[in-house]
Amino acid sequence: MKLKPQKYADYATIAFPAGMLTVFFVIPFGIMIAVSFFQRVQGAFYEPAFVFENYARFLTGFFGGILGFSIGLAALVAVVSVVLAFPFTYILTRMSRQAQVVWLVFLLSVLSLSEVLIGFGWSTLLSRTAGITNLLVSLGIMDKPMSLSPSFGAVMTGMVYQTFPYTVLVLYPALSRLDPSLVEAARTLGSGPVRSFANVVVPALRNSIVSTLIMVFVFALGCYLLPQLLGKPSHWTLSVLITDQAIYQSNMPFAAAMAVFLVLVSLSLVAISLLYGKKEHAA
Amino acid sequence: MSGLVFDSIEKKFGDFTAVHETSLTIPNGKFVCLLGPSGCGKTTLLRMIAGLEDPTHGRILLEGNDVTRIPTHQRDFGMVFQNLALFPHLTVGENIAYPLRIRGGSKADCFKAVKRLLELVQLPDMADRPVAKLSGGQRQRVAIARALALEPKLFLLDEPLSALDAKLRESMQIELKQLQQKLGITTIVVTHDQREAMTMADLVVVMSQGKVHQVAPPVEIYRKPKDAFVADFIGMTNLITGRVNGADQIAVAGGVLLADDVPASGDVTISVRPENIRLAKDDGANAPGILTGTVSYIRDLGASIEFYLDVSGQQITAITTPSDRPDVTAGDRVSVSFPREACVVLGDA
Repeated sequence: MKLKPQKYADYATIAFPAGMLTVFFVIPFGIMIAVSFFQRVQGAFYEPAFVFENYARFLTGFFGGILGFSIGLAALVAVVSVVLAFPFTYILTRMSRQAQVVWLVFLLSVLSLSEVLIGFGWSTLLSRTAGITNLLVSLGIMDKPMSLSPSFGAVMTGMVYQTFPYTVLVLYPALSRLDPSLVEAARTLGSGPVRSFANVVVPALRNSIVSTLIMVFVFALGCYLLPQLLGKPSHWTLSVLITDQAIYQSNMPFAAAMAVFLVLVSLSLVAISLLYGKKEHAA
Repeated sequence: MSGLVFDSIEKKFGDFTAVHETSLTIPNGKFVCLLGPSGCGKTTLLRMIAGLEDPTHGRILLEGNDVTRIPTHQRDFGMVFQNLALFPHLTVGENIAYPLRIRGGSKADCFKAVKRLLELVQLPDMADRPVAKLSGGQRQRVAIARALALEPKLFLLDEPLSALDAKLRESMQIELKQLQQKLGITTIVVTHDQREAMTMADLVVVMSQGKVHQVAPPVEIYRKPKDAFVADFIGMTNLITGRVNGADQIAVAGGVLLADDVPASGDVTISVRPENIRLAKDDGANAPGILTGTVSYIRDLGASIEFYLDVSGQQITAITTPSDRPDVTAGDRVSVSFPREACVVLGDA
């Protein structure tokens, strides 16, 4: 049975979080929406107005293409992270308690690295002079060292490296709650280990996988340092452009318009996948 | 050797021995209950049969073939888990067809098999229901149907009825037994409920602390328990200690009891079931097999009446039916007779 609030006092418990959300999220976001309709003043900052030109400028092919690239990159990062992290986490939850603690501490320490450190770390690792290709040359796998960065692969590597621990930690509770007898049942019914993983573990945790994909996607969408450090300008995401417009071009209204658009697009994607997930669940 | 054979099987988890070295033969087509208190190693034994645990030592043979190292998924044994382990993302029909589908069975074959199995467990027309919408008893039946889908060589069940309420459990016990008789499949059930074992089993394996105490048909387990643990665990009993005093006589506190199979000498423990003890008003008679005592309490349960007696300082319980009720009340002196065939001399546990 759900308890319904009876008096105004019953709402007191949510007053503090609601207040925090209002002050630190709703108000700034409202200001941003307002600014996105303001008029830029050349050589100065901006002045209040109600114009659509910021949005109109955004709807050109150039920015549309970058938006598409940003969403595609974030989606790809989310898929790769989950594909790698799901089997890893499954094996992790089957390890001894001590081994699990060691791994989780290690993953948390990776998570604590800043984007800057990850970016410069990987750009060194992928460089010609000091990178891993030198190792491959000394092992006789490659002829001569080469530079792997900047490239799309480098951006992907850096971003997946950043999101992987996050993905593991999001998947961990669901996988460790998974009833081990489900897999045992599949095995007694004639499924080998790989097959029972594919047609029992994965489908039984479908909802967790979908919500993890969404979280990693949103997380990756906001990434703006790694594409700059590890990618060519063609790999820059919308977040990079927003930063560029807001800080270097001081075109705050246009940056705000792009940010609002990015938020709306990612929100609607999340909504669509939740709706789809719910429909599938009910069927 | 036909049937299922355990050849000096042992299982250790680190320093803890879950199953001590055990050798056992289970004949084909029998309904076997592994019975014992929790933590006695019965589930570990079952899991070793299924291949879900590897024995530390020893072999498991089926029809003379060593199956000890065969992976679980190649054994073709049907198993019902304690929590049933139905796949939550599949419907009833898909759950039952799972073992057929992964072996590449055609849609039509799966459909036919599901229909047949659902009729077998008396759940017709349920194939399209999601598993989450079933009651406890229905889930139970689906788990049984799924385990039987392959026509397995062995049918293993781990505390299958423990989640059901008492009434449903009793009727499922009978149904399970009838199903087994119909299919003639060797069935091994783990249970801690002795009534369940008595109801269903052809053969009961009584275990405690990783050791097998006795392997026998239920009635024999009840009438001729091998040691004090079995006598006490199966049903109610009176355990009386005494000293051998002749070929068939045992001296106990307050007199002498008669029994068969008495060892040559030494201290022994006798088990006497409460319903075998006869009570009468004390008439001063004194013969071997009859002791005198005092009624300390009478518990009338309607269908049976329990008498709690003090016989020379020892607590003895006797049970009679209402029609055999002796004319005694609490505080009366009574003569308590122990028929010779009811006194079972126990071995060392």
